Amino acid sequence: MADIRLEGVGHSYDGGRTWAVKPMTWTWRGSRAYALLGPSGCGKTTLLNIISGLIIPTVGRVFFDDRDVTGVPTAGRNIAQVFQFPVLYEEMSVYDNLAFPLRNRKYPAKEVDQRVRQVARLLSLEEHLGRRSRRLDAGRQQIVSLGRGLVRSQVAAVLLDEPLTVVDPALKWTLRSKLKEIHRDTGHTLVYVTHDQTEALTFADEVVVVNDGAIVQAGEPAELFLSPAHEFVGHFIGSPGMNMLPAEIVAGVVRIGPSEVGLAAADGVHAGRSDVEAADGLPAGPVRIGVRPEFVVIGGPRRSPGVAATVTGTDRMGAYDLVHTLVGEHPVLVKTEAGALHEPGSAAFLHFPAERTFLFRDQVRCGSLAPLDGRSTA
Amino acid sequence: MTEVGEEPRADLKRRNNRAWWLVLPVVVSVAFTAVIPLMTVVNFSVQDVFTPSDRIFVGLEWFRSITRDPEVRSAFVRTLLFSAQVLLLEIPLGVALAVCMPRRGVWVSVALVLVALPLLIPWNVVGTIWQIFARGDIGLGGWAVNHVPGVDFNYTLDSTDAWITVLVMDVWHWTPLVALLAYAGLRSIPEPYFQAAQIDAASAWATFRHIQLPRLRGVLTIAILLRFMDSFMIYTEPFVVTGGGPGNATSFLSILLSKIAVGQFDLGPAGAFSLLYFLFVQILCYVFFTVLTRSGR
Repeated sequence: MADIRLEGVGHSYDGGRTWAVKPMTWTWRGSRAYALLGPSGCGKTTLLNIISGLIIPTVGRVFFDDRDVTGVPTAGRNIAQVFQFPVLYEEMSVYDNLAFPLRNRKYPAKEVDQRVRQVARLLSLEEHLGRRSRRLDAGRQQIVSLGRGLVRSQVAAVLLDEPLTVVDPALKWTLRSKLKEIHRDTGHTLVYVTHDQTEALTFADEVVVVNDGAIVQAGEPAELFLSPAHEFVGHFIGSPGMNMLPAEIVAGVVRIGPSEVGLAAADGVHAGRSDVEAADGLPAGPVRIGVRPEFVVIGGPRRSPGVAATVTGTDRMGAYDLVHTLVGEHPVLVKTEAGALHEPGSAAFLHFPAERTFLFRDQVRCGSLAPLDGRSTA
Repeated sequence: MTEVGEEPRADLKRRNNRAWWLVLPVVVSVAFTAVIPLMTVVNFSVQDVFTPSDRIFVGLEWFRSITRDPEVRSAFVRTLLFSAQVLLLEIPLGVALAVCMPRRGVWVSVALVLVALPLLIPWNVVGTIWQIFARGDIGLGGWAVNHVPGVDFNYTLDSTDAWITVLVMDVWHWTPLVALLAYAGLRSIPEPYFQAAQIDAASAWATFRHIQLPRLRGVLTIAILLRFMDSFMIYTEPFVVTGGGPGNATSFLSILLSKIAVGQFDLGPAGAFSLLYFLFVQILCYVFFTVLTRSGR
């Protein structure tokens, strides 16, 4: 239940030419459930393997609390790791699988038995202990591989690398709640790697979004959804992802072409910029507007602030409709309630609500939209 | 109910069976390469052939005499013993070699080529190489054994020495095959298995015993079958090295068979011999295969 601290940790598979994980400093706090979310190949698994010691990072140091474990081999780290597919000692029984890590560490037979039964009870595997592990279904096999990690005392962290990939969708829910339950009961630090945002958002206390070898944002699920700090987070989280539109800041006003959509309000804090820059508002120049389809208002009164658009089609999704529009030549999706009538080819008017609309420069958030009338009253 | 049940059957009847013609090439080629020659042997095995036109039907007479022939019996035991020793040496050695071979990097190709080298040499050349190599006077191997540890070694006179020479030659020639098969099997094990073993603090031996070995079952089944069949039918190499001698020390079944068939031209007994030989290899392969695949379930 230790804090796991990465200090300047980075890894390169080709001697420093490209970074699979860019040097980063980050702490996984004890007893929390983290989801490591990102697209395939973004460095999630590498990051996980650095924690478990399967990979020694090219640069930086890894600490479990105050103990420097950078050079400590995997076996010495007390990590439980579950892989994408069940990794079992297939010719062994479930019992022997669970006992294997303990026997390797020369635990006395009595304690082995006691611990195995304890973990079997925790994971509801008691009635399967005598079975050959390869005969279990994939979901149970994953549970057994998890059990092999949990059976040891003082597990520093449980690392799960897309553990539900091979599991039937119907069973995924059951297993995920099982995992949550285990987390609640044991209080282990949990890092759950996934590229499935639903999995991440429903599972974790804190979601860490990784892209291109770097952590782009970390926070509670709602925070990532409502307040993305990076264009990638906007795209990646939410279904469909955030709309992105090129715009321009002219004298503190955000414009798309000739239309004014709101005031530019800087927030240097989220973007990690200095407050000096933030204090004076945003400098003029091109900017990208990000707004989620959920928050775009379509069909309001045709007056500023707002922008004219052309409807190109509607997807009926059942519970809601997805209206496709074009602003200039840039697509903007709008989520509306089911049954709304927006004829393809018809003109529409879009409002971007302040607070929910953000401004990005170089993919990083630099500000948000403020109500335009705020200026006129001032 | 019955109507519903019969409908698919009616559907099946409507289909034409012309696709069976596509099997014809296989049937024809198998007939010419296997069935017809085998039937010729069956034909010989139940007749006493003097000349092609002068022959009498003798029933199972040849089978009876072959199974009672002490020379055949001792050759059978000798061959079985040889195969057993070949398997006991080559399978563990091959697996050990495969485990030691590098998993990645430039040395992979180097190791593969070096290991595969003996496999590329024709059988009779292998025989010739060892015939010379093991000689005490001009052969490097034979000379070294005679002079370095000072053991008296002469495969042309001593039957144990001859046996060892043939056995070592076979191990040298065919362990690479087992090694390559095992290496392919090892390479197919996904990395997380080894990572899990590290996490579980498994020793190198435990990793081998519980991860690598179980996953080699498939390739080792093939390796055992191939090496059994091949060693049980070994002919060329001992023929070149020892010619079956000294005495009968290395006259395996195949050498005895060719002596009967080609040397003495006793086609009847040779036919019966061949059929029994063939049958035994088939049965033992079946047993091996069944046992090895069953034990995995």
